[in-house]
Amino acid sequence: MTQTRTRTALLLTPPLLWLGVAYLGALAALLITSLWTQDDFTGQIQRHWTLDNFRDLLTIDVYRTITVRTLAIAAFVTVIDAVLAFPIALYMAKVASPRLQRLLVIAVLMPLWASYLVKAYAWRGMLSQGGLLDWVLGPLGLHSPGYGLFATTMTLAYLWLPYMILPVYAGLQRLPDSMLEASADLGAHAWTTVVRVVLPTAFPALVAGSIFTFSLSMGDFIAVSIVGGTSQLLGNVVYNNIGAANNLPFAAAVTTVPIAVMLIYLAVVRRTGALDNL
Amino acid sequence: MMNRSSGRLAALAGVALLAVLSGCGTSSDTSSSGGGSNGFTPPDVPMKESIGDMEGEVNILAWAGYAEDGSNSPKYDWVTPFEKQTGCQANVKVFNTSDEAVKLMQTNQYDVASASGDASLRLIASGDAAPVNTDLVKSYADIVPFLKDRAWNSVDGQMYGIPHGWGANLLSYNSDVVKPAPTSWSAVFDDASKYKGKVTAYDSPIYIADAGLYLMKHQPDLGITNPYALDQDQLAAAVDLLKAQRKNISEYWANYLQNVQALTTGDTVIGTTWQINASLAAGEGAPIKTVFPEETSTGWSDTWMVSAASKHSNCAYAWMDYITSPGPQAEVAEYFGEAPANAKACDLTVNKKHCEEYHATDQAFSDKIWYWTTPISQCLDGRTDVKCTDYGDWTQAWTEIKG
Amino acid sequence: MTMSRGMRAALMAFTALVLLVIYTPLVLVVLNSFNVDRTFTWPPPDLTLKWWDAAWHSSGARSALWTSVEVALLATAVALVLGTLASLGLQRTRFFGRNLVSLVIILPIALPGIVTGIALSNAFTTILGVGLSLVTVVVAHATFCIVTVFNNVQARLQRLGGNFEQASMDLGAGPFTTFRLVTFPMLRSALLAGALLSFGLSFDEIVVTTFTISATDQTLPIWIFQNLFRPNQGPVVNVVAAVLVLLSAVPIYLAQRLSSGAGETVR
Repeated sequence: MTQTRTRTALLLTPPLLWLGVAYLGALAALLITSLWTQDDFTGQIQRHWTLDNFRDLLTIDVYRTITVRTLAIAAFVTVIDAVLAFPIALYMAKVASPRLQRLLVIAVLMPLWASYLVKAYAWRGMLSQGGLLDWVLGPLGLHSPGYGLFATTMTLAYLWLPYMILPVYAGLQRLPDSMLEASADLGAHAWTTVVRVVLPTAFPALVAGSIFTFSLSMGDFIAVSIVGGTSQLLGNVVYNNIGAANNLPFAAAVTTVPIAVMLIYLAVVRRTGALDNL
Repeated sequence: MMNRSSGRLAALAGVALLAVLSGCGTSSDTSSSGGGSNGFTPPDVPMKESIGDMEGEVNILAWAGYAEDGSNSPKYDWVTPFEKQTGCQANVKVFNTSDEAVKLMQTNQYDVASASGDASLRLIASGDAAPVNTDLVKSYADIVPFLKDRAWNSVDGQMYGIPHGWGANLLSYNSDVVKPAPTSWSAVFDDASKYKGKVTAYDSPIYIADAGLYLMKHQPDLGITNPYALDQDQLAAAVDLLKAQRKNISEYWANYLQNVQALTTGDTVIGTTWQINASLAAGEGAPIKTVFPEETSTGWSDTWMVSAASKHSNCAYAWMDYITSPGPQAEVAEYFGEAPANAKACDLTVNKKHCEEYHATDQAFSDKIWYWTTPISQCLDGRTDVKCTDYGDWTQAWTEIKG
Repeated sequence: MTMSRGMRAALMAFTALVLLVIYTPLVLVVLNSFNVDRTFTWPPPDLTLKWWDAAWHSSGARSALWTSVEVALLATAVALVLGTLASLGLQRTRFFGRNLVSLVIILPIALPGIVTGIALSNAFTTILGVGLSLVTVVVAHATFCIVTVFNNVQARLQRLGGNFEQASMDLGAGPFTTFRLVTFPMLRSALLAGALLSFGLSFDEIVVTTFTISATDQTLPIWIFQNLFRPNQGPVVNVVAAVLVLLSAVPIYLAQRLSSGAGETVR
């Protein structure tokens, strides 16, 4: 027993030093910085304790608007990705032959390697006036939606889709075929089986994927500047306050919003077993 | 952030900013302490006396296109000749906004930086930039006189850098769509709704100055005399103007590709631009023209500055001398699309009309431009009865304008 | 199989449609790398090879590519070691705080990159006082890559149980011999899967990298980002991306071949 404990301690020490001490320490330092202030002109941090950053964050309307907008976009992106990913993952895991499965996995993984920026610019090109979307939709009497929040949601959903497909696929692979057969033997229609058996089994994996899509969308500030038109998200506020205003304390205060949202989210989904499905 | 809030309190109480700063800071006693032509006295940073042995290395912070080393395209390389000439290995870091430049310079990793006027004063005030001994820089003699000893590159007659190049923010328009040709910025402000959803603007808090300049000419009762010196009421008026403009904006642009693309595809048909973007779009066959509007315009004037913490100051001086000499000046000016600071560069440009097109030696034109300058709480127009809004206020306002 | 023919056809059609949407922008990138128009207008007025020629001569792009590979390999190596240690440590132990450990491992990937980026950048420069370099990038990348290895290995361990190790120990092998001869071979494909995803995550990362990289180093995403701010470089960036898309099939395919347990390969 003692031996097991020693072994556990020895094995866990390096990763915990790295993540528990270094990473959490860095986060803690960031939170402390949010309680400091900054000289606007010289950009130097002044170690003077104050809650002013948080007061500004809570009382100035524009930050609330941006927070709500960001969460809504992250939620939309997640739902779109889940809806798209589930049938694909089901097809990959339960219909495709082993050979096709392998090809499909490659097909889904490959876009992850093409640069994020270039993909975002490709969308910009497709969305532009006279771009591919106009070209395809034109005969139907429709137009490209142009740059804006809709374009941002579409682009982000596109960028993060593989992060949803992969965990769901892996989750569905673990679902034994015998379970599907049992359901069918008991007289369930195929669609009923999907809704009553497959979907509940895949749920933790869907939640696992949602951690990626939600978090990645919530922190994005590049794609929105490329296809977002005039829109800005929480990530832009953080980035502008570091880059433009050189105001780390306020930026740090803004980051508490996504940190809090993700911690709550993780706490809620912990019970679904999603965290083992990442 | 805190500064702004406490600054407002200070204004109410009629207390000088200095008192607030010294009351709440432990690390900075440097800024905004009154005196000096810019409203502040820079910290005492020693100036270089003489040139010593080259250190063999120099870390350069530059706008994209100012220090090309051939790695992006072998055709554009003015760093390698410098390295051969001086033995200083040049490490170039490109920054994308003035604000990023300030942040990077403050890491003390860099020896020399190309700072626009909205960064240079901040670097001087924070003590990150050292005064420059112009006697040690040969090229300085050939710099056009109207760029020397200006508000954005010097304090009390002491130069803090060597001028590099300058340009104006122009009004670009698609001549197929925008008729008649615009002559005033009103095309993107009061009359912007005519091109609703097709108007573009520059994505930076400093763009507020464009609105300030417009109001200066069109609403004289606001009393604006310098677009970088806006008090609370004047800033509020500029913010209202920009919020109204936002309804007609297609997008705010932040980089070349974005702006050139939108001009070429027709996603934007009118808005502020740089000459080179318009030229590139026109080069793709888009009917894009530019105009220097009747209200005049904002613009940039860049200066090479030396870090106060430079570990390679000899190489840094060698770089400043080299990059402001006629040959490199001609190459950079044409590549980047701006007016060179060194008048002798005009004989060396490939396009013999380059200096003419960019008004390089035209003092009258240069004098019309309101060069990017950091707004500070001491009003740059000399008013002492009010406090002006500073860059922190502008950043906050910019977030609110974009909504 | 138990699914109806109609359902299987519907699933296949849907998958094909989504894949079409996924690949349209990528095909566009490849196509645009031949587009004479440097702002990628559609349809391309004419085709050219000059961007490919320019990209071939861009030493900046090439060295950035190697930097990215180097960073991704190092970060993956660190993640492999730490992720494996963590999952072995948590194996068959039910101590208080186990959930907390899992949370700490997941956190770096669950928090938006911009949070991790500025937290680490602030820690490196103001607390530790170390200059930013490729080492800081590797550290930052490894931090959010650990979870991919951890999860793959943990899933494998759970499925296998501890019987083989127990048998090995009973037969007199020490813990290291057991790991070398028993545990490691069983974990190989899980490790490969974790490493592959970790490599991919690091390779295209831009947000955390922006905040933790030094002045003079450039990973490929950073190079791409900076070249968007230069006149005339857009098409060259497109070529680089096109090359990446085409090349990426190779390692993924190899990894697929190498690992027999198809299930774990991708997670």
